[in-house]
Amino acid sequence: MKNTLKILSVALAVGLAGTASVAAQEIKVGFAAEPYPPFTSPDASGNWEGWEVEFQKAICAEAKLDCVITPVAWDGIIPALTTKKIDVIIGSMSITPERMKTIDFSDKYYNTPTAVIGPKDVAFEATPEGLAGKTIGVQVSTIHQDYANKYFVAAGATLKEYQTQDEANNDLAAGRLDAVQADSITLDAFLKSEQGAACCDKKGNVVDDPAILGAGVGVGIRKEDTELKGKINAAIKAIRENGTYETFSKKYFDFDVYGG
Amino acid sequence: MAADPGSLVNWSLLALSPPGWGGALLRGFANSLQIALGGYSLGLLLGIGGAFGKLYGGPILRDLMECYTTIVRAVPELVLILLLYYAGTDAINQLLILVGFGTIDISGLVAGIFVIGVVQGAYSTEVLRGAIKAVPAGQIEAARAYGMSPTKVMTRVTLPAMLPYAIPGLSNLWLIATKDTALLAVVGFSELTLVTRQAAGTTKSYLLFFLAAGALYLALTLVSNVFIKMIERRSRRGFVEQS
Amino acid sequence: MTETTTHAMALSPQDLPKASSFFKPHRIFLMLLFATLVFCIAWFMRWDWLPRYLPRLGSGMLVTLAMLFSTAALGFLFAVPLGLVQVTGPRPLKWAASWFCTIIRGTPLLLQLWLLYYGLGSLFPQFPAIRQSFLWPYLRESWPYGVAALTISFAAYEGEVMRGAFAGVPAGELEAGRAYGMSRWTLFRRIWLPRALHRALPTLNGETVLQLKSTPLVATITVVDLYAVISRVRQETFLTYEPLLLLALIYMGLTGLLVIAFKYFENRIPTRGA
Repeated sequence: MKNTLKILSVALAVGLAGTASVAAQEIKVGFAAEPYPPFTSPDASGNWEGWEVEFQKAICAEAKLDCVITPVAWDGIIPALTTKKIDVIIGSMSITPERMKTIDFSDKYYNTPTAVIGPKDVAFEATPEGLAGKTIGVQVSTIHQDYANKYFVAAGATLKEYQTQDEANNDLAAGRLDAVQADSITLDAFLKSEQGAACCDKKGNVVDDPAILGAGVGVGIRKEDTELKGKINAAIKAIRENGTYETFSKKYFDFDVYGG
Repeated sequence: MAADPGSLVNWSLLALSPPGWGGALLRGFANSLQIALGGYSLGLLLGIGGAFGKLYGGPILRDLMECYTTIVRAVPELVLILLLYYAGTDAINQLLILVGFGTIDISGLVAGIFVIGVVQGAYSTEVLRGAIKAVPAGQIEAARAYGMSPTKVMTRVTLPAMLPYAIPGLSNLWLIATKDTALLAVVGFSELTLVTRQAAGTTKSYLLFFLAAGALYLALTLVSNVFIKMIERRSRRGFVEQS
Repeated sequence: MTETTTHAMALSPQDLPKASSFFKPHRIFLMLLFATLVFCIAWFMRWDWLPRYLPRLGSGMLVTLAMLFSTAALGFLFAVPLGLVQVTGPRPLKWAASWFCTIIRGTPLLLQLWLLYYGLGSLFPQFPAIRQSFLWPYLRESWPYGVAALTISFAAYEGEVMRGAFAGVPAGELEAGRAYGMSRWTLFRRIWLPRALHRALPTLNGETVLQLKSTPLVATITVVDLYAVISRVRQETFLTYEPLLLLALIYMGLTGLLVIAFKYFENRIPTRGA
């Protein structure tokens, strides 16, 4: 009996020791805890790498912020920001009027068109007519979900919503989807991968709708954090001007990711 | 996708050091274990309080405890975890501001332990309440007759005497706690299931990684079962063998 | 899982309050307090989105209920043989059934679901034979994987319960049946199975409630159930608490209805030991 109690109390002590973590004031940088190449992807040693990770580091160094990388679930990233689980979102989130009702954004730091990909052996256009009757995969709570709902579902397409982008890509490769709509850069990365190159090709960019697709990607910030917003905007401007932005972008892209 | 059966089992992906993902999987497993242990212990504390509250508390406390266990037993764990993860930690901070402590930084680990603990607390309340009720009333009455204080009755008689009745239920709850940690993948906490999902998504070897993670969970269950058997055998010493 | 654990995790008929128990002074006070809380939630939080989503919530609920009942029924059909072979089957079958139960019960359902959908499901198209078969239109969908995973899980948990139930039927009853000259099949059909079912019934209630509590996991493989509809609301309105509160309320209602239905059936079947 005593031993049982002892075991239980040891279990308790271990559990409590686990809960005692040190609190320190830092900026928690949130982004989706999923492979999203070439922007953010985990490697086997538990680190995150990619263009956006380098951008995060550059911004934090420039603005002298003590940044802590904090991966969270994409579909809960805005609640995570508003409930202070994270302090900023640097996770390829487009600046849209709809999101601006809840959170604030910095100036944009990249902007790329939206594209549709599909199986190589089926030819179609990335238009409402071309996608009529097809099953399109999108990631949940993205501009692509909203766009596909407005233009493609109305024209007779079916939407399948995935929690992560790579699961949508995987289902396209597995033949369970007819098309995937997403950001053109991440789709290009998929098409260059072994799996993507074997199955699929690009069907084209969709017609822009700024009201839904937004005006580029910005750093998500809580509305009340105006001081932080000022710091980040200044940092974006500074790394654009001092060449840091160009230096790390060249490692990933042969075009200007900042966009027009 | 190329139909190459050889590529289906690329064992080097499971190597312990990068570029193999074995090490990452084990770290995720350690996180899962930590949350399961913490959540289970917190749940046990809540459960002891809850069971005593339900059995010996006043009418209002009793009803509030009833509400707690009813809600947790009627709502899916996944929904509870989302609610507690976003609302619960927020509420704790609001409460701390109200009391004047200022906010604390609730890490993912603490939040995970908290949500698993609250869910487990309701389950253990029910298990412990049943176990306490199974203790012959005469034993508790005898303790009272000796003039023991209520705390002493609890620590010297009720808790030790109910353990044999509670252990089968509590050991099941431990197994459930280990599996419930997987649900934290949905809120983005990097425990075993989420790490597995990331590894699978990055390498596209879905089957291999999910099977590997399954083996880890199964191993944990089987090892736990060995210990549970040992504990059960010890705790039932002196009991008449029941069929 | 023992009966007590199932009871600890799932609401059961004996937890239902009696009508008369509501009229105690402290309960009336608590209920007033609760009503104020509900009023505050309704008044101060945002609910303007609700009417727009009602039709989708309805269809989501149908998917959830279809998932629950189809998988509980299918799972139970598998559970009976799983339990039986563990009690009387030849050794290899006994061994296989008990390992099946151990493996399924020893790993998280979420992992099993993803293993089936993303793991196994993405292998299928590599085989042209499958891709051209009549099954392919179904294998492309996500719900068959959800049904499969939930059925397997229910079968494993309930199979364990049925094993205990079959083993627990008193040997004397079976001997009496044999003494009457019943064939093995008649004995099974007339005595063993009904008596075992009777013993398993209270746990079956609990397991069904637990199954309801497991259904939202299918939303993670793109099945649009109740949970998925609410996730949609959360993403489109950026509200954190309101949709989740409503979701919890709906699940509580569903569980309550399920438990009331079980109570009704339990009252109609004479209880064990009576």
